[in-house]
Amino acid sequence: MEKIISINDCVIRFANVNGSGSASANNLFAKAVFRLGVPVSPKNIFPSNIQGLPTWYEVRVNEHGYLGRRGGADLIVAINGQTLRQDYDEVLPGGYFLFDSTRPLPDDFSRTDITVIAIPLTELCNREIDNPRLRQLLKNIVYVGALAHLLDMGLEVFIDSLQKQFRKKPQLAEPNIKALEIGYTYAKDHYPGACLLSIKKSDRAGNAILMDGNSALALGAVYAGATVAGWYPITPSTSVIEAFDKFTKKFRLEPESERRRAAIIQAEDELAAIGMVIGAAWNGARSFTATSGPGLSLMSEFLGLAYFAEIPVLLVDVQRAGPSTGMPTRTQQSDILAAAYASHGDTRHVLLFPCDPKECFDMMADGFDLAERLQTPVIIMSDLDLGMNDHISAPLAWDDDRRYDRGKVLTASELDGLKDWGRYRDVDGDGIGVRTIPGIHPTKGSYFTRGSSHNEYSAYTEDGATYERGMLRLLTKWETARGLVPRPHEKIAAPDTRIGVIFFGTSTHAAYEAIDILQKQGLSINSLRLRAFPFQQEVIDFINRHETVLVIEQNRDAQMRKLLLAESEIPASKLVPILHFDGLPITAQFIAERIRQALAARKSEIKGGSL
Amino acid sequence: MTFTRPKFRHPDLPPNALGYTRRDYEGALSTLCAGCGHDSISNAIIQACYELPLEPHRVVKMSGIGCSSKTPAYFLGRSHGFNSVHGRMPAIATGANMANRDLLYLGVSGDGDTASIGLGQFTHVVRRNLNMVYIVMNNGCYGLTKGQDSATADRGSTSKKGAPNLFESIDLCELAIQLGAGFVARGFSGDKIQLVPLLKAAMSHKGFSLVDVISPCVTFNNTNASTKSYQYVRDHAEATGTLDFIPLRQEITTEYQEGSTQEVPLHDGSVIYLYKGEGARDITNRRAAMDSLESHRVESRIMTGILYFQEGIEDTHEMIKTSQQPLNALQQEDLCPGNAALQQLMEGYR
Ligand SMILES: Cc1ncc(C[n+]2csc(CCOP(=O)(O)OP(=O)(O)O)c2C)c(N)n1
Ligand code: SF4
Ligand SMILES: [Mg+2]
Repeated sequence: MEKIISINDCVIRFANVNGSGSASANNLFAKAVFRLGVPVSPKNIFPSNIQGLPTWYEVRVNEHGYLGRRGGADLIVAINGQTLRQDYDEVLPGGYFLFDSTRPLPDDFSRTDITVIAIPLTELCNREIDNPRLRQLLKNIVYVGALAHLLDMGLEVFIDSLQKQFRKKPQLAEPNIKALEIGYTYAKDHYPGACLLSIKKSDRAGNAILMDGNSALALGAVYAGATVAGWYPITPSTSVIEAFDKFTKKFRLEPESERRRAAIIQAEDELAAIGMVIGAAWNGARSFTATSGPGLSLMSEFLGLAYFAEIPVLLVDVQRAGPSTGMPTRTQQSDILAAAYASHGDTRHVLLFPCDPKECFDMMADGFDLAERLQTPVIIMSDLDLGMNDHISAPLAWDDDRRYDRGKVLTASELDGLKDWGRYRDVDGDGIGVRTIPGIHPTKGSYFTRGSSHNEYSAYTEDGATYERGMLRLLTKWETARGLVPRPHEKIAAPDTRIGVIFFGTSTHAAYEAIDILQKQGLSINSLRLRAFPFQQEVIDFINRHETVLVIEQNRDAQMRKLLLAESEIPASKLVPILHFDGLPITAQFIAERIRQALAARKSEIKGGSL
Repeated sequence: MTFTRPKFRHPDLPPNALGYTRRDYEGALSTLCAGCGHDSISNAIIQACYELPLEPHRVVKMSGIGCSSKTPAYFLGRSHGFNSVHGRMPAIATGANMANRDLLYLGVSGDGDTASIGLGQFTHVVRRNLNMVYIVMNNGCYGLTKGQDSATADRGSTSKKGAPNLFESIDLCELAIQLGAGFVARGFSGDKIQLVPLLKAAMSHKGFSLVDVISPCVTFNNTNASTKSYQYVRDHAEATGTLDFIPLRQEITTEYQEGSTQEVPLHDGSVIYLYKGEGARDITNRRAAMDSLESHRVESRIMTGILYFQEGIEDTHEMIKTSQQPLNALQQEDLCPGNAALQQLMEGYR
């Protein structure tokens, strides 16, 4: 048997039972890799369940900084009896299988192409740990200790992490450290040199952070000055609001009264959640909500109101696998069309597509500015992978010179001098009127907001020409938006290559890696990462410059491709869909393979003269 | 279509204590049917705000969709207004109130808007005790969609469509009391003498105030067999006790005889004086209020007036402990922790 040998380049998968306390042990492991300076990318693959069902945690370690999912596992830590067989079978040839040998492996587990590492985790815990309540939890730490030896990581970084984690309760650190040592010693005594994967100190992580996208969004909301959040619990968006709650308790409590400079209301449903956001935004507070597909569907009537009455709301959609309840704990990018055109009538919304925590933070701040500048909903399209998994990212940063752009709002003194003001008059030619906030002026600036058709002075009208004027002005505003939203990122591999790819959000890391893979095979591909809708001219230009453009996305129906075709004059044949929608994050191998296939098919098509 | 307020109607009414004339509280001309109860309620709202007095620009009007929900355009033309979507006014009011706790939020809704499509939002805004006045213009039908029965139509009541309503009705007042509302009243659009002080008291109460006003739809539900017709309500209404509402700044000029009135003080120093009739009950007793509503219901009598009153219940802001300052007045300096704090926080993610 040829064992897999690697330094700082492997995938380790933990197979656990949901609710067994494995999450913190697995996090401890991933963080230790990161603290050794090695880029790491952990992914939770978890069920829609609180306790009992199988859950996996897959850690990719990669010196080169490729952060997408790789697929395959070099080492599997199998702690879940229910999936033992599956996990055993899925270890890559030459790989390693670590299991709790308190119960021996059944006889038919007879692979000869993998290394089996048997550690009696339960037995060790029963013997060495006095407190029976801690045994189950610490069993997880024992396997982490064993890994510390098997992967040559040493114990120090783990002990450091535990001491940091339990700074306030050192008595809790102690049994954890003991458990680490138990595992480490056992592995050292019984499996010296057995595992040829290793993780060595490096400087590749730089000053990066390891953070989940939802926390970054919440921090963005705090820094952008959001004060009102209405929400309704739904995976995978819940932790956006939970983090906002945590950070506003940290940063927004008034010194003596302990009163908070934020109002967070758990609404009765998503209709109410977005309604609260609209009411607060209308009344001059920065407000937002976070939801996922089912919530987005419920919000669509109100989104139309906010579009037509021109109210600056910020909505986060942490996408999951649909349709309907779909696979609620699996990832997808499948709400693109539903979000872009959410609501009946001629409606369209500004979308932003972050790809990492830093961009989550920045786009939250930009999103509030855009919403208020444009007086319209802005939807941040995250997904479960970005939102709930930890990602390596450049550290978040706030420019202290940055001022909030509150858009066109009249102050009381500006109102004083005002003669002919109409809420929906386009005085600047950018399609954006001037708002007033209730209560600020005794005689001027009040107006009646409505979702029914209105004239420039916000009075009800059923006059067709007036209505058309208003609708066309909203298109002028849409053009203004096109000039303001974040620009795409283009990477030109070879100026003369005729092949381009387009992707966005969490397909980004896997896509860049796939491009590198193909480059090594002699295929140069230019890329464009979309960051916003409406699309700028440079997106269209990029497509026009290439003969074939592959559009990579994580949904069945090629929604981004459809949106590109709907919003431009590009011939459909130019855009080739690369689609991944099994609910797991897309991998570089998948993309590279599909691109090769698509290009080969295209070539034979061209030869056959059908193009 | 009528225009309810011809210009010559109130030529010389004196300005109120804040210097506003009644006209300062008026709105655009109504486009509702002639005789629609909703117009009378609009007038009562104008009168109440004028008498109280309120500063028009410190009031925010909000509504859902329906004939009733159109009325905010017809009163308080100097106030900001928000006509939202069907059944969702409570959410808009909640958000607006969270943004600025210092304004008076006046929500107007219909029985369809509140008791059917918006029942969920209604119950939850009551539970949260949002500081607002919630007026239901209750005509037992969907006026704007041409007269279908609503969820407040009594069983057996028959609208112009001709078929008796088959289903049990929802009593919004009873529901609100059960859900912990602090001010619950029922009025009748045809009884302005009672309605104006009811509205004034509701506007002075801190916390959620429900005023359910029976408001006949003359076009679709004013038949002989309807329990929401002018005639039926006149014949069956029974006031819990006539009342005077004395705002804080106003001198008490009437002499109230010992034992003949119940004196109900409000948080801002205003006082409600309730004249006790025969068999009058204590309006601050919740169980008694529910009992009374039930017994009236069984006897097909309509109880009007303040049905239940309780001061001092924490409103939403107090429950969740938000800043005393309006959140929409906070500036970047108050809200943004700055980069140094962020970099310190980043250490925890390394
Ligand atoms: C989502 C939605 N569904 C249906 C309607 C149509 N609709 C408009 S008003 C109304 C009923 C209004 O009844 P009510 O609230 O009692 O008001 P009224 O007209 O009786 O004063 C309905 C069903 C709508 N506007 N929106
Ligand atoms: S239809 Fe009925 S509720 Fe609507 S305006 Fe006419 S009378 Fe009033
Ligand atoms: Mg009605």
